[in-house]
Amino acid sequence: MTYWVEEEEKKVHGKVYIIKDRCKQCGFCIEFCPQGVLQQSEEFNAKGYHPPKLVETDEKKCVGCGFCQMICPDFAIFVEKEEENEERD
Amino acid sequence: MEIEARANPMDKYLRADRIPHIWCSGCGLGIVLNAFLHAIEELNIDLDKLAVVSGIGCTGRIAGYINTDSYHTTHGRAIPFATGLKLANPEMKVVVISGDGDLFAIGGNHFIHAARRNIDITVIGVNNYNYGMTGGQLGPTTPLGARTTTSPYGNIEHPFNLCHVAHAAGAVYVARWTVLHAIRLKNSIKEALNKRGFSFIEVIAACPTTYGRRNKMPDALDEMRFYREHSVIKHGIDPSQANIEIGKEIVVGKFVDIEKPTFNEAVEELKKKVKKK
Ligand SMILES: Cc1ncc(C[n+]2csc(CCOP(=O)(O)OP(=O)(O)O)c2C)c(N)n1
Ligand code: SF4
Ligand code: SF4
Ligand code: SF4
Ligand SMILES: [Mg+2]
Repeated sequence: MTYWVEEEEKKVHGKVYIIKDRCKQCGFCIEFCPQGVLQQSEEFNAKGYHPPKLVETDEKKCVGCGFCQMICPDFAIFVEKEEENEERD
Repeated sequence: MEIEARANPMDKYLRADRIPHIWCSGCGLGIVLNAFLHAIEELNIDLDKLAVVSGIGCTGRIAGYINTDSYHTTHGRAIPFATGLKLANPEMKVVVISGDGDLFAIGGNHFIHAARRNIDITVIGVNNYNYGMTGGQLGPTTPLGARTTTSPYGNIEHPFNLCHVAHAAGAVYVARWTVLHAIRLKNSIKEALNKRGFSFIEVIAACPTTYGRRNKMPDALDEMRFYREHSVIKHGIDPSQANIEIGKEIVVGKFVDIEKPTFNEAVEELKKKVKKK
């Protein structure tokens, strides 16, 4: 019998959205993401710029801080926060 | 995976049919606009009670992108236009967003007298150290020694320290941020919008195309890295101690936050007094 309830820890992740054709390849989101989540893609957009993409290694690395969204001069990237319930070890 | 999207949640505050905007890659103006829109969203400001006024210049284009009553006035005249708007519609929030040249060269007199009279408006002055729109001439904020199209051997004119000018002229709220401080800038805009009286925020922004490229920062990212390494936050410092010089630290922060009756309030007081007689 247990006398306590396992507490759930909420981890916050971010879902990154990119509007590729708005990007002008300034590189700010890539440089200033505190988690190093973004990198330049090889792909060209309509204006001939390379929009960013996620670094593939860790899907959950984005913490949803929203800084990329604040620092993008072109309204080309935004983030939705999602909370995930994880059992504590 | 990143998700491909067609629209940004901030589009509701934009005239989204005009996006992508005309500003160059890495131009700081998009960050100023974005910070402003986040500030009005967080304050939940009724767009029918907000007016944005700009003068002429690359910065002056900001008014045209915001989905509210916005006015693109003639060069230098954003503040007198905003003053009239505020006096006739005291319930409205009136914001001027314009460039260093527009506000402090051709429009300099309007700035100091609106601050002196404590007109209840917010002025966001984007300082990119030059006249971006017309090809990069030197202006009143170009640092000593900087190269521009009209100072090819280096600028010999002493620049204005905009925050010092604002403070000396009587502004009740004075702050400076770079565009790298996007979140602090947004918070400062929120404070300024809620401040009674003449509030002024100077935003240091990269203009890679006409300024940066002549001053060893052709890439906006270099200038953003410079802000990261060389800006220091000094809240409450006397703005006269926050001059901007090439290669030196950029002092940012909230410098002034005081209370003083506004022009509108003084008019109301006067009306009461005159009626009694
Ligand atoms: C009466 C008048 N004089 C001169 C001009 C030319 N002109 C257009 S924008 C500008 C300066 C813009 O500089 P700033 O305000 O710093 O804006 P920026 O483009 O750097 O954002 C000038 C001189 C004009 N449009 N109208
Ligand atoms: S939300 Fe934060 S962690 Fe996620 S990609 Fe943007 S800047 Fe990086
Ligand atoms: S900050 Fe915006 S414009 Fe710049 S690279 Fe990232 S998505 Fe593109
Ligand atoms: S000329 Fe300078 S201020 Fe104008 S859009 Fe280009 S980078 Fe921005
Ligand atoms: Mg300028």
